[in-house]
Amino acid sequence: MTAQAPAPVKDRQETARRPPVPSWLRRVAAANETWTFGVLALLVAFFTAARPSTFLTRYDITQIATNAAIYLVLGVGMTYVIIVAGIDLSVGSVLVLSAVLSAEYTIHHGGAGSGWGTIAVSTLIALATGLLWGALQGWLVAKAKVPPLIVTLGGFGAALGAAQIITGGQDPAGAVSGKLQKTIGFGKLFGQIPWLVVIAFAATLVFGLVLAFTRFGRYTYAIGSNPEAARRVGINVDAHLVKVYALVGLLSGLGSVMWLAYFGTTSIAGHSTDNLKVITAVVLGGASLFGGRGSVLGTVIGVFIPAVLSTGLIIMGVQQYWQDVAIGVVLVAAVYLDQFRRRGRDHG
Amino acid sequence: MAQPLLEARRLTKRFGHVRALQDADFTAYPGEVVALVGDNGAGKSSLVKTLSGTIRPDGGQILVDGSPVELHSPLDARRHGIETVYQDLALAPDLDAAANLHLGRELYRGGLLGRLGVLDHAAMRRSAVTAFAELGVDLQDVGAPVATLSGGQRQSVAVARAVAFANRIIFMDEPTAALGVVQRGRVLDTVRRVRDRGICVVLISHNMPEVLSVADRVEVLRLGRRVARFTAADTTVEELVGAMTGALDAESAGGAAGSAGQAAADAPRKDGAP
Repeated sequence: MTAQAPAPVKDRQETARRPPVPSWLRRVAAANETWTFGVLALLVAFFTAARPSTFLTRYDITQIATNAAIYLVLGVGMTYVIIVAGIDLSVGSVLVLSAVLSAEYTIHHGGAGSGWGTIAVSTLIALATGLLWGALQGWLVAKAKVPPLIVTLGGFGAALGAAQIITGGQDPAGAVSGKLQKTIGFGKLFGQIPWLVVIAFAATLVFGLVLAFTRFGRYTYAIGSNPEAARRVGINVDAHLVKVYALVGLLSGLGSVMWLAYFGTTSIAGHSTDNLKVITAVVLGGASLFGGRGSVLGTVIGVFIPAVLSTGLIIMGVQQYWQDVAIGVVLVAAVYLDQFRRRGRDHG
Repeated sequence: MAQPLLEARRLTKRFGHVRALQDADFTAYPGEVVALVGDNGAGKSSLVKTLSGTIRPDGGQILVDGSPVELHSPLDARRHGIETVYQDLALAPDLDAAANLHLGRELYRGGLLGRLGVLDHAAMRRSAVTAFAELGVDLQDVGAPVATLSGGQRQSVAVARAVAFANRIIFMDEPTAALGVVQRGRVLDTVRRVRDRGICVVLISHNMPEVLSVADRVEVLRLGRRVARFTAADTTVEELVGAMTGALDAESAGGAAGSAGQAAADAPRKDGAP
């Protein structure tokens, strides 16, 4: 074992050649969230400078947050799915199906004038619908080995179709209890913060913490990073995948309750591009479609970039369709950067 | 010699028409480095996968400390103190070294948080630093994603993971195949250091000089069968190659260079015994 002495010395020389940057700083600089947050901050700064009196008033902030709340809830689930190297195209349709099934119950149990009992049951129906639909899709991905793109593309069509069969394609009247709308939909915590935002924030916080600090989160990253390695260390990969898809389904169900409370209608035709908006937000937030990387914090930023952009453009008097152009360009650029850095990293 | 730590008796494994293992035997003793060599397709990988619980044999027996065991999964093997360093390392590149070291064996916070599955990142980092220090691995930042490490460092992480949890045997499948000269030397040092801690290392390698420099004993597989056993100190590369290619079949001939003593201690074999 005479050879062991020179080797550590070589490594120490490597250390000496690197600039003396503390490791936490290097990690912050390398984190995707840092860069995306920079983009968001730039946007806010730009619009604030351009329209100091109108942009980012309290009304604006509340409005932006309320509009983003449902996408945020869906985005949190999508973050998990994308980290396990999957995708879920069905979120919008699952939201519609959950909303329709819960609305059917409400209609037959008091309609718009129904009380808290009906609200509780219809909410449970919405959550359970999402959960079961998601779990089924997860089972198809994990056990039947059908690619997630196909499973959820099928789910996207099937869930919407089922919703249309049930309703005959028309948004039913009396779908939501007036009490639910008055409290959760338009109500505010302490008269300040809309309940919609509070719910979205709570869901984001809980699942953000789960992702960052628990075994469930750790296995999510591990499976997305190298499923074979995860399997070999004894992680039940298939069961975990089912749970992840069930989670995004559950959050779609929660989103449907929020939607019903705020808009008071099932909006069957209004959710066909939810999936793309949510995936865009998650990817803008730094999640990698190849799996293994992403964070709920990044998704929060990724949800707010389009929200701030559209509000800002409206205030500036720019045609708001420019937003779609801008988001499209930023999205492709973000994925290009991810590829580029991944290549650099894997060679270095 | 002492009682074998791990013994395989007459293992068979078929994949369709391919006979990967045909009555393969294998023996590993405590505190030794034993190299498993053979030409491509000789059955080395199949044997290692069988003994580490990844695949199940069609027939034959596996004994740990002299008693028969069933290895249904890598987890079963781990319960018997058997760890494997796979050729592809089986690391999650996006996770850091500490997370990879504890993957599937996470440490939890105390109390309610721990019961909720909250990980103790600090403890895992500390234990990773200790594990790397014990192996003499100099990782500056156990919090950096494994993908940012060099090939040698990744190898070290995979080896450290196996060493940290193995208390009996580590299988290392071609641990030096992808490494440069310096890194190769370090891995071989690690192999010796692990052996000095009393853990048996089974080394699968193509590199004959390397095998002879680090192993105490060598077992040779050919066509899914053990054909020879050597004591490394008394063996030449020519003899190993002879056994691998079939020019020399020590096992059938009843003991060649240095293996006579062990052959006597071994259970009688049917295959080609005179």
